[in-house]
Amino acid sequence: MIQIRHLSKSFGHLRVLDDVSLDIHRGTVTAILGPNASGKSTLLKCILGLVNPDSGKIAIDDEPVAGRWHYRSKVGYMPQIARLPEHLTVAELFAMLRDLRGEERDNDIELFARYELGAMGGKHLGTLSGGTRQKILSAVAFLFSPKLLILDEPTVGLDPLATTVFKDKVRKERDLGRTILLSSHLVNEVEEMADEIIYLQDGRPFFAGSMAEIKQRTSEARLDRALVRIVETSREAHHESRS
Amino acid sequence: MSHARKILKYEMQNLLRSRWLIGTAVILFAVTEVLFRFGGDPARTIASLVNIVLVVIPLMSVVLGTIYFYNSREFNELLLAQPVNRTSIYLGKLIGFAAALCVAFLAGLGGPFLIHSYGLRAHIGELLTLFGIGCALIVIFVSLAFYAATRFEDRIKGLGLTLAAWFFLTVIWDGLILLYVHIFRDYPYEGGLLGLVFLNPVDLGRITILLQLDISALMGYTGAVFQKAFGTAHGHTLAAFAMVIYATVPVLFGLRTFRRKDF
Repeated sequence: MIQIRHLSKSFGHLRVLDDVSLDIHRGTVTAILGPNASGKSTLLKCILGLVNPDSGKIAIDDEPVAGRWHYRSKVGYMPQIARLPEHLTVAELFAMLRDLRGEERDNDIELFARYELGAMGGKHLGTLSGGTRQKILSAVAFLFSPKLLILDEPTVGLDPLATTVFKDKVRKERDLGRTILLSSHLVNEVEEMADEIIYLQDGRPFFAGSMAEIKQRTSEARLDRALVRIVETSREAHHESRS
Repeated sequence: MSHARKILKYEMQNLLRSRWLIGTAVILFAVTEVLFRFGGDPARTIASLVNIVLVVIPLMSVVLGTIYFYNSREFNELLLAQPVNRTSIYLGKLIGFAAALCVAFLAGLGGPFLIHSYGLRAHIGELLTLFGIGCALIVIFVSLAFYAATRFEDRIKGLGLTLAAWFFLTVIWDGLILLYVHIFRDYPYEGGLLGLVFLNPVDLGRITILLQLDISALMGYTGAVFQKAFGTAHGHTLAAFAMVIYATVPVLFGLRTFRRKDF
């Protein structure tokens, strides 16, 4: 579904993405893991067109995304920070996004209903808690049944119950054939949700493959252990090549 | 452009409920009402409001515009992830913000004129000029604020730049004009003075409204030169054209920066 080839991006002297080439497969949940400042959000934002890469190409369904915006009609996005216009109501926010996307109605209100956001339709967004705003953003991402969902640290700020509801929704959408790309710090959650793993460090993918593959390659049963093993092996190989 | 119109609509809906904007309208209303009660007639009130419109309205526009744009950064990310081009988002937000500020300005200043409408008919031209100049300055300074907020990630830098621009155009420029007049006092300096006035939208607004108030006679020969340049339909058109240029240039710079910006 998404092809990324030789993608590089620097902010000043800091190289955030360094010659990244990846394939995200249709109908899978792909999790991007990595430490802080490893390039997770930048990679997602490059796909969305929020960040302009210095070099390289991204294509969705074989169509290059550079300089285009129509492709975003098949993308649902949940940003990491839930800051919304304070004086618009929940209903007005939904209406605004519906208007902008040219949609007649909200196609998928499952999260909206399960988070019981219906009762908050008339409330101003500025009066809601951070967690509730995060629920709204997750409901918005799924609202128009997009083929591709890009979720940036989606469960940060959600309470445990809302997180469980969210994880169920992700798995359900995957089963319906949607492609889901998410970034996370939470390895346990990723283990529950993801089919494919991309581990980024210093702007480069240390590992990209299926959950089964990473565990098989490292002979570890748990994802966190497997990731540690991958990073250590890569570092050893790097030191050997230098010496 | 239909996307820009939609964003503009929701921006205005959001902003017109903002306490800051309502507070601004209330303060402007109170000041105008006080001026009416002390001055008594529309002509004096309009003359007293000139400096508020020329100094306070640009300051309010740059401060509120810069803070607003920085605060909406995260929501801009959500908008940018929708199937909408960047030009529509930038123009929708800019026009929406400027329009909401114009509504607050017109409601605040216009309210007392409606209440004390006796004798207003004779001064309707001056009042409309004052409103027109106020709205033009709002658009110019909001464009400047949005450009600075797009250009600089650092809020202090962005706000500092817009405040410096405001200070230069409202205070320093007048000092430069005085210096110019002092240096060239033995020469016919009026032509150059006219040029200097045209280079600053605040001065251009000041001269246009002062000439409307018919007090150019107080400015002697310079007043006569200004009257000749601005008092005609040709002069009005030229002044309006200059105002449009001053609003357009920062919009184009801001748009160029916004389209290339990484969020």
